Amino acid sequence: MDNTQKTSKKKLSFSFKQNMFAYLLLLPSFIFLSLFTFYPTLKSIHLSFYSGPMTRLQFSGLDQYKEVFTDEIFKKVMMNNIIFIIGTVPTSLFLAMYLAIWLNKKMKGSALLRTSFFYPTVIPLIAVANIWLFIYTPQYGLLAKFLQAFGENGPNWLGNQSTVMIAMIIMIIWKDTGFFMIFYLAGLQNLPKDVYEAAIMEGAKPFQIFRHITFPLLMPTTLFVMIVAITNAFKNVDHLYIMTKGGPDNASNLLLYHIYEAAFTNWDLGKAAVLTVVLIVVLLSITAFNYLFLDKKIHY
Amino acid sequence: MKFKVLALFTVLLVFLAACSSGGSKDEVTEIDFYFPVAVGGDVAKIVDDLVADFEKENPDIKVNARYGGSYSETMTQVMAAVQGGNPPELAVLFSIDLFTLLENDVIEEMTPLFDEKYFNDFYDAFMANSSIGDKVYSLPFQRSTIVLYYNKDAFKKAGLNPDAPPKTWDELVDYSKKLTLNGGKDQWGLEIPSTGYQYWMLQALALQTKENIMSEDGKETYFNAPHTKEAMQFYVDLSKKHKVMPEGTIEWATVPSDFLSGRTAMMYHTTGNLTNVKTNAEFDFGVAYLPSNNQYGSPTGGGNIYMFKDIPKENKDAAIKFMKFLTEPERVAQWSIDTGYVATRKSAYETDALKKYVEEFPQAIIAREQLEYADSELATYQNGEVQKIFNDAIQSILTGKSNVDESLDKAQKDAEKVLEPFKE
Repeated sequence: MDNTQKTSKKKLSFSFKQNMFAYLLLLPSFIFLSLFTFYPTLKSIHLSFYSGPMTRLQFSGLDQYKEVFTDEIFKKVMMNNIIFIIGTVPTSLFLAMYLAIWLNKKMKGSALLRTSFFYPTVIPLIAVANIWLFIYTPQYGLLAKFLQAFGENGPNWLGNQSTVMIAMIIMIIWKDTGFFMIFYLAGLQNLPKDVYEAAIMEGAKPFQIFRHITFPLLMPTTLFVMIVAITNAFKNVDHLYIMTKGGPDNASNLLLYHIYEAAFTNWDLGKAAVLTVVLIVVLLSITAFNYLFLDKKIHY
Repeated sequence: MKFKVLALFTVLLVFLAACSSGGSKDEVTEIDFYFPVAVGGDVAKIVDDLVADFEKENPDIKVNARYGGSYSETMTQVMAAVQGGNPPELAVLFSIDLFTLLENDVIEEMTPLFDEKYFNDFYDAFMANSSIGDKVYSLPFQRSTIVLYYNKDAFKKAGLNPDAPPKTWDELVDYSKKLTLNGGKDQWGLEIPSTGYQYWMLQALALQTKENIMSEDGKETYFNAPHTKEAMQFYVDLSKKHKVMPEGTIEWATVPSDFLSGRTAMMYHTTGNLTNVKTNAEFDFGVAYLPSNNQYGSPTGGGNIYMFKDIPKENKDAAIKFMKFLTEPERVAQWSIDTGYVATRKSAYETDALKKYVEEFPQAIIAREQLEYADSELATYQNGEVQKIFNDAIQSILTGKSNVDESLDKAQKDAEKVLEPFKE
């Protein structure tokens, strides 16, 4: 009895010491996280209950939430973001997978091709926006020139509400596909060879191999890339600043840019905080859904 | 083990100590001067030289010029500094940010700081955005207005007199039709930008029709008044009906490039671009008043110097000294020559430097002469939001999404809702 108590005490003090040391090691990261993540998040939630001019904020409870949720521009912006996700995520994932499988073969020039597909990822989004601004410019932009060769003049891509979103979607697909391709390439390198050998022995056709072996085995990569792609669709808004400022009439406006507008052109910090809370909730639920629900369905 | 813990703590302490910076005390008075540099050419160097000259004259004052990017980025930095309890002494910000700054109660009134004679030397059109009633809140500094730029060579080719730019809306449409080649594929007759500052352009058209689109006290807008609607109808007709301007929205930044590359024969743009066009145009170009509907008219634009509250007395005195220095006629004249902005004081046009410059480059005088018909830029309480409402409405009409009546009526209703709390 005595003995066991002694040992447990020893164990306890020992484990306490060990834990203490671990916590100390974690402390710097924790300080940074608190300073730059937890504190601002809590501060935003706190701020979302206040409204009025910056230097004289007043408590307004949930009024501001009501205001935002009935706001037409907010609805439009959320709708745009959903269209943006539907437009960019599946296409860029599919393309990335296709390219990865194609470039995974040992062939001449595959290194060069990989590089050329990957390079848009390296360019900052602001630079990409400038490049594509030139592509989409009416009359003498690259695309307009190309269409003129066929006697077409082409629309004012960024100046029409019906074409601006598709123009943005194509640009983001071009930018992100190469990035996702790298993940798929890494995933493909790790797949077991013997399964493929067996499949070929059985006389499986290429598409069957893809459908029953490659695709399911790549699922973990797909899940990870999908989370990155969806959160990117919310995070990437730098191009709007260069290309359209969210226009024409909010046709290309996205949530994060709308937050920027509310905070730094309208100086409506309260409303910006409400929008920020919405963004945080959306991102957290996407991540949670993926890891808690989809994760269980995947065969690792 | 103990040593490890200690070492870790030491590292942490050193790190935290490095994070907190110590302040130093000097004999000299230091003042902060925020300035946007992403506008009007290479102004950072010009400002640096001005600061150096000023410090030579006043060895007991040190000016820290802090460069922001665009106007809105500078505004963000200033607001962040104010919120952090460290307001700058001076900043150059949009003249239309006046109500936002007042609402937040961060700027000093300037009426008591200078005498009346000094204020009277500034052009009235610029003072309109600097004051409310008889209270002056900022000094005009780099101010612009909209003018018509036209390509004289294109005029000659179209059989038009290169020295007779269009004076009325009818002439504008008529000339534009002659200047539009191959349905716009080779050359457009006219481009009026419609991103970023479309409210400014529509203001010009409204001023040419009757009057401005908001009240002086920043509490009312007239977005759906008949003259605003007439102006908007003309704006959209240029592309939809007359086919002399590209359809959809036209990017603010590409309009000058279009003009310089001969893709459009005429453009409405800020005088802030005058130096750029002068430097890069490979053809003979002219500058003219904006054509009139019932009268001439154009809104002013650009930035003013503001002074901030809650600063020590000696800093305030130093800041006043620096403002006076910056607005001396010779310097205002030089500033106008270097940047293309309109000189803000009448006496600046009496200086030898500016007289000589205007003689060599008569285009520079047009903007100043048009000031007689100029009025203040759209400025209200909640300016960002009201401006956005109006901007969105204009784009919605130009892209054919909605018609003039419903869109402007809705914009007026939305703006009224935003301005409601400010009406006593």
